[in-house]
Amino acid sequence: MSATDNRPVFLNLLRIRQPVTAVVSIFHRISGVVMILLLPGLVYLLNLSLSNQAGFSQVATLLTSPTLKILAVLFCWALTHHVLAGIRFMLLDFDVGIERDTARKAAWLVQVGALVVTAVLASLIFGVLPLGAQS
Amino acid sequence: MSWRASSGLRSWLAQRLTALYIVVFLAVFAFVWGGQTITFDTWRAWVAHPAANIALLLFIFSMLLHAWIGGRDVVIDYVKSASARYVLLIVFALGLGIMGLWSLRILLLAGME
Repeated sequence: MSATDNRPVFLNLLRIRQPVTAVVSIFHRISGVVMILLLPGLVYLLNLSLSNQAGFSQVATLLTSPTLKILAVLFCWALTHHVLAGIRFMLLDFDVGIERDTARKAAWLVQVGALVVTAVLASLIFGVLPLGAQS
Repeated sequence: MSWRASSGLRSWLAQRLTALYIVVFLAVFAFVWGGQTITFDTWRAWVAHPAANIALLLFIFSMLLHAWIGGRDVVIDYVKSASARYVLLIVFALGLGIMGLWSLRILLLAGME
């Protein structure tokens, strides 16, 4: 047994102060899981919207409910964050933005960008900005 | 590289290819429908068009495959007990499979209009 085996192990992820790059990584996972959980609901809505006129109107009505609107905003954040972080990861695959400073700046861009896009989409969903959907 | 040895590479590649298709589809979808007033007739007619029908089917199956690869990684990383891991993965795979068959049915029915 070498001396290095006696070093203390401290891997409580909740107690380590994570750099922003790690936060983007874990948010990428969380947003992915969120979308997986919402997927059955989306297939249900797709089915209903294509079944007949009454079903389509029902979807339009459902989408006006506050609960569905909040879920829609959550989905928008998850999708936006997942896509932006995904683009960043793919660029990293090609060694673009791999330097620590750039990687951190890009990570902040993902965090802030996702919130900004979600805010715009949320204002569309909650009717602050006009959005055309007709039953 | 053998088929078995390349499984990680295949997942890695599939995750990126499905991601690209999903993003391109969403961009086209937003371009087609953004700002439009959607009615049942225009929506149904669009989905019944063969090109849109196939594109939508590919989109859904890309999402299911993408969800499987990503979700599987998450389960394997955080669920340590082998039995719990298997149960979760089987339930997950069945759920995605059912959603795939269900979506196939929805799009076939809509495409046969």
